[in-house]
Amino acid sequence: MRPFSYQRASDPDMAVRALAAGAANDPLTKAAAQPLAGGTALIDLMKLDVMRPAAIVDINPLAHAWSAIEPGGGSLRLGALARMSDVAAHAEIQRSYPVIADSLKLAASAQLRNMATLGGNVMQRTRCNYFRDVSYENCNKRNPGSGCAAMDGVNRMHAVLGVSDQCIATYPGDFAQALIALDAVVEITGKAGTRGIPFAQLHKAPGSTPEIETTLQPGELISAFSIQGRWPRSVYLKARDRQSYEFALSSAAIALDVQDGTIRDARVALGGVATVPWRAREAEALLKGQKFDEALARRVADAAFADARGRRHNSFKIGLGRRVVARALQQAATMEI
Amino acid sequence: MSDKSSSRTSTFDRRAFMAGAAGTALVPMTARAAAQDANVPVARDPSLPVEVTLRVNGKDKRLLIDARTTVLDALREHLKLTGSKKGCDHGQCGACTVLIDDRRVVSCLTLALAAEGQEITTIEGLATDDRLHPMQQAFVDNDAFQCGYCTPGQIMSAVACVKEGHAGSEADIREYMSGNICRCAAYPNIVAAVKQAAPEIMKG
Repeated sequence: MRPFSYQRASDPDMAVRALAAGAANDPLTKAAAQPLAGGTALIDLMKLDVMRPAAIVDINPLAHAWSAIEPGGGSLRLGALARMSDVAAHAEIQRSYPVIADSLKLAASAQLRNMATLGGNVMQRTRCNYFRDVSYENCNKRNPGSGCAAMDGVNRMHAVLGVSDQCIATYPGDFAQALIALDAVVEITGKAGTRGIPFAQLHKAPGSTPEIETTLQPGELISAFSIQGRWPRSVYLKARDRQSYEFALSSAAIALDVQDGTIRDARVALGGVATVPWRAREAEALLKGQKFDEALARRVADAAFADARGRRHNSFKIGLGRRVVARALQQAATMEI
Repeated sequence: MSDKSSSRTSTFDRRAFMAGAAGTALVPMTARAAAQDANVPVARDPSLPVEVTLRVNGKDKRLLIDARTTVLDALREHLKLTGSKKGCDHGQCGACTVLIDDRRVVSCLTLALAAEGQEITTIEGLATDDRLHPMQQAFVDNDAFQCGYCTPGQIMSAVACVKEGHAGSEADIREYMSGNICRCAAYPNIVAAVKQAAPEIMKG
């Protein structure tokens, strides 16, 4: 690990000032100053020499203001420094937003969930082995313009949606799928105060600039997430190589509003298969106004993967992903609430 | 050649040797106390060591460390508490699990500076005098290890698993202990140990 200076943030103003200092024109991922929350991603990537910040700003002292879990009044607000385990174990989250509770509970390990924060979780970086191993020169995300070793390498874990000819690295998280499905708003704190953006506008598909992963700028921090409405009929289904403590091969976040047997509103988001948190809006449109049956679930699943592009080792994700979507829909439609 | 040297060899202690070789722990404190005032960088110059006070197993320990030092390295290399193990050093294996403010965490991904002011409990802090903690006793009773390398992490994780209320069934124990890898695959016996210790821990 390379040397760094370390300071603790006393308040949000101080934190964003410290993080903006010396930002130059680097993308956020290469900014000289990086925020430290749970550290489960940052310290790991610093040990791998993938991330090389010169300054660490420890934002954990902001937890007293930024970690509240506030359901109620038909909406939800989650502080960005709330720990994954605390949100997953919250009774009202489990009751009114099971897709959120399960996406958190099925991620990582008990130890990592105790450490990792919600804000850090959505900002976690890909698990692409060519990205994480700096002995590979050709990674457009790490070394822009150097090529992509995964294209013709071992790409079993890579993305089939949202890919470009520059990068096929999978967005690895789970919680983000729940947020994008429920139209969450991200509260961002920066020098000019706070602003809200739709969660769907936080991440950027790789396109020709895979080194730019989000729309956040150096000196900006996620301070909270908020969601309108309650979504008791929602599920997160995750298929992976082992039953626990593993990243998704394919996952689905589903939320339905069913009244008198008719689907009034439907949300479908996909994980483990795309370069960014993925909302399948064409698939959702097929559900609205319909009564649920298995044939409908299969049509929706096909629509969700209509644009998927597999490569040598990861084409299986398209068939697997369809079945995950169909099964998750079945679970959501039939769950007792 | 002499009796002396052979007797020295016979009392050779691997742990003492390793600890001596690690060497740099507990150097004299020359730097000023670490700034507790949050506005002041604790470690402004990355090339200089910084003073930190860690509370470990109920005792305050003052250390002079590099800012990059993790809690795991502070425990093992500076405090000679070698019970917590370094397996992967990337938060994947769980061998370094300790409790911080009663929550289980991986100490290899926790900066020592970020743990200042918090209560760190390691495997060395679990027993009371000569009595093993119920979870330690349960691991012995159930033969819940072979090589033993992952065991301190397993035991710390298991204590927290029980206290979180996640030891109610074998399925729960397996799910909530999945962050601790055992390459000897002692898993069935680990599950049995957690089941045995759970009622006693919840009682007391």
